Amino acid sequence: MSALVIDVRGLRKEFTITRKAGRLRRTRHTVAAVDGIDLRVGRGELLGYLGPNGAGKSTTLKMLTGVLMPTSGEVRVCGLVPVAQRRRLAARIGVVFGQRSQLWWDLPLRDSFELARHIWRVPAADHATRLARFRRELDLDDFLDTPVRQLSLGQRMRSELTIALLHGPEVVFLDEPTIGLDVVSKQAVRAFLTELRDRGDTTIVLTTHDLADIERLCRRLVVIDRGRVVHDGTLGALHERYGSRRRVLVELDEQLSAPIELPGVVQESSSANGRLITFSLDGSTTAGELVGRLASVAQLRDISVQEPAIEDVIARLYASSTTPPHPRRSRP
Amino acid sequence: MADLSEATRRLGIYRRLLGAQVRSHSSYRASFGLDLTANALMPLLDVAAVLAMFRVTKTLGGFNAFEVVVMFGFSATAFTLADLAVGNIERIRFYVRQGTLDAVLIRPLSVLGQLLTLDFTIRRVGRLVVALAVLGFAVSRANIVWTPGRMIMLIAGPLSGAVFFSAIFVGTATVAFWWIDSGEFANGFTYGGKDFTSYPITVYSGLFRRVFAYSLGFAFVGYYPSLALLGRADPLGLPAWVSWSSPLVALATAVVASVVWRFGVRHYRSTGS
Repeated sequence: MSALVIDVRGLRKEFTITRKAGRLRRTRHTVAAVDGIDLRVGRGELLGYLGPNGAGKSTTLKMLTGVLMPTSGEVRVCGLVPVAQRRRLAARIGVVFGQRSQLWWDLPLRDSFELARHIWRVPAADHATRLARFRRELDLDDFLDTPVRQLSLGQRMRSELTIALLHGPEVVFLDEPTIGLDVVSKQAVRAFLTELRDRGDTTIVLTTHDLADIERLCRRLVVIDRGRVVHDGTLGALHERYGSRRRVLVELDEQLSAPIELPGVVQESSSANGRLITFSLDGSTTAGELVGRLASVAQLRDISVQEPAIEDVIARLYASSTTPPHPRRSRP
Repeated sequence: MADLSEATRRLGIYRRLLGAQVRSHSSYRASFGLDLTANALMPLLDVAAVLAMFRVTKTLGGFNAFEVVVMFGFSATAFTLADLAVGNIERIRFYVRQGTLDAVLIRPLSVLGQLLTLDFTIRRVGRLVVALAVLGFAVSRANIVWTPGRMIMLIAGPLSGAVFFSAIFVGTATVAFWWIDSGEFANGFTYGGKDFTSYPITVYSGLFRRVFAYSLGFAFVGYYPSLALLGRADPLGLPAWVSWSSPLVALATAVVASVVWRFGVRHYRSTGS
């Protein structure tokens, strides 16, 4: 058995959009929401699946979970073909669609977990062990007897994660699990996912727009735009590729007598009196080397190092993808 | 044997889902009681509408009041039973629009089975009780000569009718997969069918009767089972065995509906919501 949990080749999904063109006439356009994606994910990986709104993230997840039928391409999840083997696959995966609840709205939260045990046919002992763990890690005890409709968004999301994981799925798909949460709830969810990732037995595919999620959780990022993969690699590789720069801010006792000249170091700005200077580094010179050189030519009062902001990288990435806009084929 | 225990386990899961639904509804207690009562009134108003006809005529389409109420009883029992079991399938258009169907597709259970339990409401049980009472009353007053076959038909007739109406409910609700704003389309066949089958089909004429009674099969809900029970020959001249064929018609309709349903789900998955 292969270690690949998700194996996707040439995945495509086309939608037909009908537009009004005049009183009775309709024109039909075929739009590729997912346009040839290849993706391989190994056991225990945590994959950040990113992209701007409408890039095809949710469509991809729906095809991986058996909700949508691909137009073309091959998909295997846990060795199964999602739509054809939907029920067998559903037994082995967990899904949180951020906006769509798996919980029973009018019943105490506890009842949803009990129902899930029967739906997924989890042996009572396994269920009890897992539930005890999630109650501890996600702090569920205070609202187990509260009807779901009365839960706060943060409490609900923690509950959604629990119900998606109670049957011990091999893969979980999390579609924006932190959307709309306050800082404390986000941290709770993140800490929980970190723990789940570090156990190493669950493969996690996560879509998010939250940059802190990406930095804290995702070792591997797949960025898609207009239905195509534009980056597949680590966050570091992403920074490198899009020329993100670390910054070094120094405060000196006096002005520099001569500009610093080191490979890859640019003086971005300096204050009016010339004592506060910002340098940016592209990686060919380390921050330590720069500080060393500065210390040899001037008296240093203070230094700080700023890591590159992922916002900038992602924004640049989204802006730079130059795939032609949507309609590919049209017919009257 | 293995299959049997598997089937039992599945039924157990749906029974739990059903229980959860009933508990959900009963958490709104005041409206629950109100709904139950209002629901029970519906068949009473319907039967009053039928009986009102007999203030101006002694026979309707060649049948006296008790005979017509037998037809009504068959129709109302079949309809309310189907409505109780699968009537909530009409809500599928909301699921398709809101994407709730996605949550259904990621559980290891059948889509139809889940949808039927998802919105099951016990409130409609009031209608069924009243419909059964009307049927019982009419049958006891209609001078029926009881034979074993007629006794079986008294049970099999409403059950076949319920299967038939269930198929109509599911088949027409499937339209929502293509046409999200399907609105009242399904109601035309379900509630429209209920009203159609409350009267002897002899009161309708021409194309309308041919299409609804025979092509779509609504004649086999109330009219023909009643002829079998009453021991009357069909004034429209069809042979006597036709009066006994409701179960077959129901079965055929159910097969067609299940094909349509599967086709609809497949379509949903190839287009998204």
